Amino acid sequence: MAKWSRFNIVSIVLGFGFLYLPIVLLVIFSFNESKLVTVWAGFSTRWYAQLWHNQSLLDAAWVTIRVALLSATCATVLGTLAALALVRYTRFRGRVLFSGMVYAPLVMPEVITGLSLLLLFVAVGLDRGFWTITLAHITFTMCFVAVVVQSRLLSFDQSIEEAALDLGATPVRTFFAITLPVIAPAVFSGWMLAFTLSLDDLVISSFTTGPGATTLPMKIYSQVRLGVTPEINAICTILIGVVALGVLVASIVTRHREMQRERDERAAFAAIG
Amino acid sequence: MERIASAVASRLVIIVPYAWLLFFFLVPFFIVFRISLSQTVIAMPPYTPVFDLAGGLSGILEGMREFSVDNYVWLTEDVLYFNAYVSSLIIAAVSTFLTLLIGYPIAYGMAQAPRSIRPTLLMLVILPFWTSFLIRVYAWIAILKPEGLLNQFLITIGVIDQPLIILNTNWAIYIGIVYSYLPFMVLPIYSALEKMDHTLTEAAQDLGCTPITAFWRVTFPLSLAGVVAGCLLVFIPAVGEFVIPDLLGGSETLMIGKTLWNEFNSNRDWPVSSAVATILLLILVLPIVYFQNVQAKADSEGR
Repeated sequence: MAKWSRFNIVSIVLGFGFLYLPIVLLVIFSFNESKLVTVWAGFSTRWYAQLWHNQSLLDAAWVTIRVALLSATCATVLGTLAALALVRYTRFRGRVLFSGMVYAPLVMPEVITGLSLLLLFVAVGLDRGFWTITLAHITFTMCFVAVVVQSRLLSFDQSIEEAALDLGATPVRTFFAITLPVIAPAVFSGWMLAFTLSLDDLVISSFTTGPGATTLPMKIYSQVRLGVTPEINAICTILIGVVALGVLVASIVTRHREMQRERDERAAFAAIG
Repeated sequence: MERIASAVASRLVIIVPYAWLLFFFLVPFFIVFRISLSQTVIAMPPYTPVFDLAGGLSGILEGMREFSVDNYVWLTEDVLYFNAYVSSLIIAAVSTFLTLLIGYPIAYGMAQAPRSIRPTLLMLVILPFWTSFLIRVYAWIAILKPEGLLNQFLITIGVIDQPLIILNTNWAIYIGIVYSYLPFMVLPIYSALEKMDHTLTEAAQDLGCTPITAFWRVTFPLSLAGVVAGCLLVFIPAVGEFVIPDLLGGSETLMIGKTLWNEFNSNRDWPVSSAVATILLLILVLPIVYFQNVQAKADSEGR
């Protein structure tokens, strides 16, 4: 076992400081009494109180949450199917193109994805708004789900699936009885990832939106352009809090489940032995 | 009956996501290319020719006669676009290098950490990725402003007496990109280093290598796959980045993502923005294909 040298500890502390300090400062200054974001003038929650009276902001938040729930759910189904197709079917016609279309959106600049989807929606004559944003979000988030689920499927012991098939279960039944329960944590974290990516997206939403559908990031962006205000800090803090809480709960649940499974396995082995 | 249902289901596993991606990811690129050959008009949609499928094949052929490469000629004539492409590539390359310089030691430190705390460290790297990109970029404005927190801090401890001008310069863009994309660099390098067999470096040191030579001759080459994946994950999206140059960059900063956005949203010139996007895609095709090969290779190794 290599030793954990002082250099390693220093680089980790500095690196994590760099990653977290800006977010921490943003949260701190959301509780600032002063309207000036960079000068501390005492603790206050007035900016949070003010948010509740900003009706257009609340409307935008509601649109954003609906888009994120719907698109994350569809993207999880499509992404899981795509991962199954990539891992279980090693040869089918057009597989190279398919895997290309799954990986390319991960790195594709958002301006290109946004513009091309908009032009598609105009070409087929779809009214732009809530539904076009949702379709666009499904498309780019399903690829992230596919990658997350795929990595779980790759480390999956296929022999238990084969056992189920040998014992006469149909592939569909095998999937729901064996495969899905095993990959469920990955499917769930794929959903979480899709949900937060949709919640955060500015560029693709801005391209594909229409009148009446303004999402929270679009609202934040238009205010940020006018300058930094404590009110934006307050919205951002709430968003960060919601996401952090979700991730924390998810990781506790999965860890708990894994420990449970390990205990079950040990008990099973003890019973055999 | 159930057998037939299963056969259909296993076909659907491939066909449904395939059809979705074909329609929503691949087909749109052809539409972008098609519209980049059109003319701008004041109408909705703001370009001509508009295909009328009711006109049948002859209608489409009629429309194709109106295609022109004027937009591309326009892009080559205006030096602004050329400069925007070049400066985007340079900014993305410099930021990728800086991200590697900062990300590698973090990934290395994580891989050397005691096994028990590694999941926690991994979680701490991933967590910022879950919080909004826009918010993380926004957070830097208050820090980098001339009267911002960084300058207040540096003046208080007496390092400088005049505030540094960082916001609205390329330095702010570098900081923004490094900060936003750091987890994308750390994660692949960490997973390459974690898999590495530590006895190899020990063997190199036993055979007389100094720790530093052992690192450069054994550890670094073995982590190269992770380094390549990380660099591509940072470089490709950074070339087309819009939010960071828009919020942190200055008016003189040219980046092609911002140019495209302005062409589309302010000038309402759909054909020219389509041409800008087509060329950007052509520039990025090679790195994207390379990235896919790296990914596909990693998958077949994981199998």
